[in-house]
Amino acid sequence: MSQPERPGERRPSQSRGNRLSQFFSSPKSKDQVSAQQALMAMQNNSAPIITAASLSLPSISLSTATAGEPNGDEIATTLYQPPSSAETDRQKRLDAQFGPLIDPAHRYVSKHHGEPLRAPIIDEPPYYYVLTTYISYLLLLALGHIRDFFGKRFSKKPLYRTLRAANGYAPLNDDFDSFYTRRLKLRIDDVFARTSTGVPGRFISLLDRVSDNFNETYNYTGTNTETLNMSSYNYLGFAQSEGPCANAVEQCVRRNGLSFCSSRADAGTSDLVCEVEREIATFVGKPSAMVFSMGFVTNASSFPALVSKGCLILSDELNHASIRLGARLSGAVIRSFSHNDMMDLEKRLREAIAQGQPRTHRPWKKILVAVEGLYSMEGTMCDLPGILNLKDTYKFSLYVDEAHSVGALGPRGRGVCDYFGIDPSRVDVLMGTLTKSFGANGGYVAAEKHIIDKLKSCNAATMLGESPTPAVLMQILASLRIITGEMVPGEGEERLQRIAFNSRYLRLGLKRLGMIVYGHDDSPIIPVTLYNPAKISAFSHEMLKRKISVVVVGYPATPLISSRARFCVSAAHNKDDMDRLLAACDEVGDILQLKFSTGIAGGLKPLPDGVPAENEKSWRETNGRTAAIDPPRWTLEDIIAHGAADAKVRLR
Amino acid sequence: MDIQEAQAYLQDSLHEISQAFQKVPGSSVLIRYIQSSYQNDPVRSFIELILVIFFVRYLLSPSYATHGPNYVKLREDEIDELVKEWEPEPLVGEQTAFEEIEAEKVPVIVGPTGPKVKLLNGRTVTNLASYNFYNLNASESIKEKAIQTLRTYGVGPCGPPQFYGTQDVHMTTEGDIASFLGTQSSIVYAHAFSTITSVIPCFCKRGDVIVADRMVNYSIRKGLEASRSTIRWYKHNDMEDLEQVMRKVAQEQAKKRILTRRFIVTEGIFEMVGDCSDLPTLIELKEKYKFRLALDETWSFGVLGRNGRGLTEAQNVDAEAVDMILGSLSGPLCAAGGFCAGSKDVVEHQRINAAAYTYSAALPAMSAVTASETLNVLQCNPEILIQCRENIRAMRAQLDPRSDWVKCTSDAENPVMLLVLKPEVVQQRQLSVADQERLFLDCVEETLANGVLITRLKTTPLISSLGAQNAEVNIQPALKVCITSGLSKKEIEKAGVTIRHAITKVMTRKTNRQPTLAG
Ligand SMILES: Cc1ncc(COP(=O)(O)O)c(C=O)c1O
Repeated sequence: MSQPERPGERRPSQSRGNRLSQFFSSPKSKDQVSAQQALMAMQNNSAPIITAASLSLPSISLSTATAGEPNGDEIATTLYQPPSSAETDRQKRLDAQFGPLIDPAHRYVSKHHGEPLRAPIIDEPPYYYVLTTYISYLLLLALGHIRDFFGKRFSKKPLYRTLRAANGYAPLNDDFDSFYTRRLKLRIDDVFARTSTGVPGRFISLLDRVSDNFNETYNYTGTNTETLNMSSYNYLGFAQSEGPCANAVEQCVRRNGLSFCSSRADAGTSDLVCEVEREIATFVGKPSAMVFSMGFVTNASSFPALVSKGCLILSDELNHASIRLGARLSGAVIRSFSHNDMMDLEKRLREAIAQGQPRTHRPWKKILVAVEGLYSMEGTMCDLPGILNLKDTYKFSLYVDEAHSVGALGPRGRGVCDYFGIDPSRVDVLMGTLTKSFGANGGYVAAEKHIIDKLKSCNAATMLGESPTPAVLMQILASLRIITGEMVPGEGEERLQRIAFNSRYLRLGLKRLGMIVYGHDDSPIIPVTLYNPAKISAFSHEMLKRKISVVVVGYPATPLISSRARFCVSAAHNKDDMDRLLAACDEVGDILQLKFSTGIAGGLKPLPDGVPAENEKSWRETNGRTAAIDPPRWTLEDIIAHGAADAKVRLR
Repeated sequence: MDIQEAQAYLQDSLHEISQAFQKVPGSSVLIRYIQSSYQNDPVRSFIELILVIFFVRYLLSPSYATHGPNYVKLREDEIDELVKEWEPEPLVGEQTAFEEIEAEKVPVIVGPTGPKVKLLNGRTVTNLASYNFYNLNASESIKEKAIQTLRTYGVGPCGPPQFYGTQDVHMTTEGDIASFLGTQSSIVYAHAFSTITSVIPCFCKRGDVIVADRMVNYSIRKGLEASRSTIRWYKHNDMEDLEQVMRKVAQEQAKKRILTRRFIVTEGIFEMVGDCSDLPTLIELKEKYKFRLALDETWSFGVLGRNGRGLTEAQNVDAEAVDMILGSLSGPLCAAGGFCAGSKDVVEHQRINAAAYTYSAALPAMSAVTASETLNVLQCNPEILIQCRENIRAMRAQLDPRSDWVKCTSDAENPVMLLVLKPEVVQQRQLSVADQERLFLDCVEETLANGVLITRLKTTPLISSLGAQNAEVNIQPALKVCITSGLSKKEIEKAGVTIRHAITKVMTRKTNRQPTLAG
């Protein structure tokens, strides 16, 4: 598949007899070793003997690091091999998917240190930016409405076709509904849905495209641009086409074929899927688990199976669309609470329990609190200790969606419970997706055995929906075993610690540059605020010019005012990549005036030696620095020089 | 502090405030306006004042009513007590006895799926339970393509389509589907089951009208629920009833002088019954009454028609006449995911408005490529469909006319053969839905004991979400036999005999013979 075909073009048919005979060749039964055995075989082949053919990953740490401590002071064993040109090419390809670790010190253990989780301080830009943002939107809205007004009456352009009642049919779209798409998004549409090719690893190749009709259609020029990938949810860097995972997947496809062609309840349950479920359960620390072939459906179908009429769902206001859909389909009453606000949650719980169901005042059958482990637009973590405190008093059930946090957080990558050092049994249902950290597809739900058993019997997606494909299952299994260290020992730990280091390093660097950064310190999702709508596309373009692909989002995915760019850090990145990004942000920040932080949210100059952080206030007073703190505007050189060390201590 | 001092202070501050106020640009105009208007019309000033107060109150009040009309104000200690007393039900109920048995009996296959599968207990059985109708799962050339894709793209695209998750292979597959069907455009979803649940609410909003067949499947029902539109039902596959409902809707709207979006939602092959829709009539009606048509071809795409293009090909209807065709890539196509094909406008609208597309990761590249490849096979080798249909006929001959107990409700070309109990059997023995499910569970077990894997139609999600409504809809439990061209006609016939005998054996068992009194 090196040359993508144009849509619409058909390949010439191949010789028919030949093809037909291939379809019915049935697999030999002696190939049917269990998945477990296959993996063991892979592992034995690839880990200890490092030959050119099996040197699958750029950096396999041979050190024996122990959990909890980054293994900084051991020197990696290097094996000298004179590289041939083919080898160099191959190595380059591998490095493009997963960058080599430059210095063993660039690791950090993602872990909470016990203090109550505070909401990140939200810095605000000077009023000038707020005002111009509002004016920009006002202008855009006014212009859009004027154009719509005349366009709908006089224009023959296809753009208006779907908005007009024609031929006795009501318009396909409400112009109100599509106003945002047509009038705001279309203007900057080229920064969304950029088509890529190849592995979305450390680098991602984008297909170059131009538009001559203001983003209505695109012409692909036929060339690609390789960019630094700050956009994919490839947290642990398992988006790879080489290496132990891909090898296992290839074997699995050869053995198990392409699909199970059935729902789980019919004939789609394989030993492979059972094994994946067992492993996931063990991994997240629950007795039982079930997997689905899509994360979205996991939520959309689990809520109806858990709650129904007479129950209450208390949902964080920023919860994902899939949770909201699932909640809606369940028939339960839905109320939301302010994002991560424990006081508000408590208030609503008290009110709910005191008032009971609307009208009848009957007590609620169940109350289910639904939160996410890590919020994908804010970079905030849920306040799990706070919620569990409330849970003890108010006896509600807790559903945590770990779509982004599983793999990405915690010393062992097991999500928010691991991060906060909390026993997973205190959370009723742990849900997560396998699309992100595992580089696969699908989702899981893990809970007590009787809950999973019941869910399996009444979850519509299990009964009727398709089961995950063998390739996806094996990718999950292999990546899971690398994370736990069962396969290629040491590598999983390296990945976990690299993403933690990269996240903190980048976050600190951006704060020091003077940007307003959202989220908690250990979060690998790093949103940077842009404010003005024009900067959404400008930022993306400037970054693309510097060969970096970033995700930018604006209203309605965010509040009107705080459009942002979002960096997703990966274990596949190394410090050089972070520095490259910081350098780009430094330049672009100057061009687009993005350095407007006041310093209240961090990035400050370090305190002099000997002054501990707790004493900062008294130190300020005694040294006459009572005035407002200086806004951080570090130079790039200083950031790079100090970043690696400072990222590993408490950020300031 | 004496009074005088306070008075002086008050005066000073008042003076200061008024001076500050006068410095505000426009303040003098405001004062003049208030003065003159008060002189001319004190009542008006009063009303304006009330308006201002009301406005301020409105701004400060929360944006929605926090308490309903029957809110009971309680003291904190009372609430504490209520909290202490409140005992929630367990998060999930107990598994019912039936569910337990059902879960225990789910077959676990080892290795690949195919016409013969190996089960966990070591036995190899004939598999008539998968949608692997053409056994494309065993195609070495397609596997090779998938592996090549793996070696170029990895497995997951690690992001939703709008954020760099769209890969060139997805565009190719979308183009392939569109050109295969003959529509302008198409969009690929990562999961077939949830595709239509997302597509319906993306077009139909509150106030719109949807006319749907009573027998539509679970995904469609959930989509209808999520859309919040007005739903009108028509009797299963009854075109006269449909026309009546449509006429009524059109008349009502004409009377009220409103025009909303109006949709017909139905299936190509019905998942719950197995029969086909009458597409030419649907098209005729939809054009007459100005409805749009969303056709769920999940079970007919890759199945009906010369090349498996679905109902449009089978009934000679131009695919562009249908507004939306939804289908699955995960069944006979051996890939994964679903699609929606239609005009450019229909497709592009979904890219940002359909939740399951926008908020979910894209389809793995391997599956996209597999779908393209298998479509190509259907296009180039229509004989595999013919072979499958011969097998369907062979199986049918063994079951439908010969069995005293069951009849097949599926269309003659549908490889998913649904066998329901004959009405006289149900009546004579007074079998409830649960009884029928239990009997079929026994049939499946008995068949498996004789080396043939079949399955049951899974009706529980739909029936339990329908609740009491099922009396009207009347979803009937059924045995599900899925035919594949991977078996010879002989093998199929043999399996057919096995199934028939197993059904007879279960139905004539002593314990099953009496009419159940529990009903
Ligand atoms: C919180 C959350 N839940 C669920 C999902 C859906 O997962 P998937 O992409 O696997 O469908 C996402 C993905 O974006 C998510 O962020």
